Amino acid sequence: MGLTLRSVGKNAASDAKDDLRSDITVALAGNPNVGKSTVFNALTGLRQHTGNWSGKTVVTARGYYDYKGRTVAVTDIPGAYSLRASSAEEEAARDYIAFGGADLTVVVCDAGALERNLNLALQILELTPNVILAVNLMDEAKKRGIAVDTGALSRVLGVPVIPMAARRGRGVEELRAAIDGFTPPPFAYTVRYGEDVERAAAGLEMALENVLKGRLGARYTALRLLEGDGRALENINGHLGFDVPSHPDVAPALEKARAELNNAGVENISDRLISGIYSAATGLCRECVSGGSGYGEGQLRIDRLLTRKATGIPVMLLLLALIFFITVKGANAPSDWLYALFERIGAVLSQGLAALGVPKAVHDALILGVWRVLSYVVSVMLPPMAIFFPMFTLLEDLGYLPRVAFNLDSGFRKAGACGKQCLTMAMGFGCNAAGVVGCRIIDSKRERLIAVLTNSLVPCNGRFPILIALITMFLVAGSGVGSSLLAALALTGFIILGAGATLAVSRVLSRTILKGEASSPTLELPPFRRPKIGEVVVRSLLDRTLFVLGRAAAVAAPAGLLIWLAANLRVGDTTVLAAVTGALDPVGRFLGLDGVILTAFILGLPANETVIPIIIMAYAASGTFEGYENLDSLRALLTQNGWTWVTALCTGVFTVLHWPCTTTLLTVKKETGSVKWTALAALIPTAAGAILCALIAHILG
Amino acid sequence: MASNLARLGEGSRAVVGDIAAAGELRRRLMDLGLTPGAGVECLFAAPSGDPRAYMIRGSVIALRGADAALVALAR
Repeated sequence: MGLTLRSVGKNAASDAKDDLRSDITVALAGNPNVGKSTVFNALTGLRQHTGNWSGKTVVTARGYYDYKGRTVAVTDIPGAYSLRASSAEEEAARDYIAFGGADLTVVVCDAGALERNLNLALQILELTPNVILAVNLMDEAKKRGIAVDTGALSRVLGVPVIPMAARRGRGVEELRAAIDGFTPPPFAYTVRYGEDVERAAAGLEMALENVLKGRLGARYTALRLLEGDGRALENINGHLGFDVPSHPDVAPALEKARAELNNAGVENISDRLISGIYSAATGLCRECVSGGSGYGEGQLRIDRLLTRKATGIPVMLLLLALIFFITVKGANAPSDWLYALFERIGAVLSQGLAALGVPKAVHDALILGVWRVLSYVVSVMLPPMAIFFPMFTLLEDLGYLPRVAFNLDSGFRKAGACGKQCLTMAMGFGCNAAGVVGCRIIDSKRERLIAVLTNSLVPCNGRFPILIALITMFLVAGSGVGSSLLAALALTGFIILGAGATLAVSRVLSRTILKGEASSPTLELPPFRRPKIGEVVVRSLLDRTLFVLGRAAAVAAPAGLLIWLAANLRVGDTTVLAAVTGALDPVGRFLGLDGVILTAFILGLPANETVIPIIIMAYAASGTFEGYENLDSLRALLTQNGWTWVTALCTGVFTVLHWPCTTTLLTVKKETGSVKWTALAALIPTAAGAILCALIAHILG
Repeated sequence: MASNLARLGEGSRAVVGDIAAAGELRRRLMDLGLTPGAGVECLFAAPSGDPRAYMIRGSVIALRGADAALVALAR
């Protein structure tokens, strides 16, 4: 879900001018959550994951399409409310538009919130006149009774304005045509900030004109100089290669302009600039937008139900439990079916190998090691994921996740963290590595680090099925609807454990090594959108299926071989695996586990999917995984090896709370650039899990 | 009449006055559209009463109480 490795792994776009493949380069800008990714996908045919919440695009992505024999490169830059960068994403967006060298910038706007969207669009117009306005979500706005006269808007702004409903494919061809036929506009709308400011800026603009020589808009630069926007200036200086304000032709003009502002009594130029843009936006909307203000009644009723004191949290937990119930109930049959299928193919493979005269040791390693582990991973892991993710994606597309972040924000505030951490936790459900990358949506550095360090406390898709298997084998008996319901509740309990641990650890971090006050996050709550159910199901099913299958082949297969070897190679009178598990047994027992389980978690470092097959292989006397046939035979094997429900509970807790997988750790290293934080990202959950498991084992065991 | 945005009751509308925040936060709040004279409506609150969701220039934005208190309301 969330960000799949596909979208995370996409190459960060470099400067457009370095791109030799294309004839036209286009930067795609816009506020967060205006359907920018949808427009990007519609234009390029790429499947950038889209979701109904702000900050989906945390990495710039580049895609291409051909139109009338010309190749167009489109760069999807991070969503930004403004170019007055207050976050890393906004800074990246500003720098890309200013210095990325794109031929033109398409600014995607939400027709339903045009006034605020124009804040960004008008700032971009200050930077470059080469702009196309794509007014998206026209259909949604219409439902709310809002109509945008794009023709009038285009006449006033002087640049093309394309009405769109990108989700339905409307306006995409028109946008392509507008990009293809774009010529720099003879005039483009300029925001006027009042006589006093304009008079002061005019002289400075002229001086800058000569110095900048078209490398950057003189008006934009003049306003930033007057505003004294330190970070913007730093970037301007860096890109131009000299200090602009102290340039001999600029410095006197700047001084004069500042004096003029002073004389005119302009105290806070920054306020004037922001207010000026908004007054202009208000004026434009008065001319070009009709109808609809305020929130829809139905929408408001749903929102109040989802956020009320009495219903907000219960509805959230019920939804989660419902999704788990459907997952647990629905996954059984396909799991059995897949396993039987793999068994049959395995038998054929086995005969084939025997017929080829392959030595027994090689045959056993391949069939009893590699094939069996692969079978388990695919048949047990795949069905729950194939059911869970489409449902979760539906909630995401609907716009529910920001409401969850809204509901839980006070908990995070008390923990000295940011409510948006919920969104990164939700991404962690899919893949903790993606969750860690997603932490970029959190503006405060301190709070982002907290979110990174705690992300793996939420069980990812590799760990879910372990929990489901443990619950159905030991914690909830039977297989009826009632027990599926109990299993779903138990699974919800494990998620609450992960969320509780996240809050607790965040709180401890805020009071110790990451001391600081909670910052002032602003969270946008987008209107609910009807998800395109068919597309969601197909997309998440395909993406997930391919992802899990790929991972199974890449990790589970070699792991199967390794474990088979360890279980069959002998040192003296014991196998390598037995020697290791024996050595770890005291530690394992202390944690309510045993040496085998602990070894499985250690060997499961590259991928948690392999934990249960390793446990089974180690227990099985012959050192091979005898196949699970059904959960009853598996339970029998585990019970023979001393498992009780307490063992299962401790294993479940340790599944939620232990070191993250290697991919996640590498991602933490990449995101924080620090070995220390990476080590902590592994140590913190492990310590939490060890303490909790030891407590459970000694109280209940 | 509520004196600042944090005290604006659910379902009430008001007009933004001065922004008491300074620096980065001031710029961010204004950038969201909370400029003097702008209309704002409090839509609903989180289960704990904080944060609250406000309609600001066509978008719904959640603000924490401590931050909303820095936005004065006109008159």
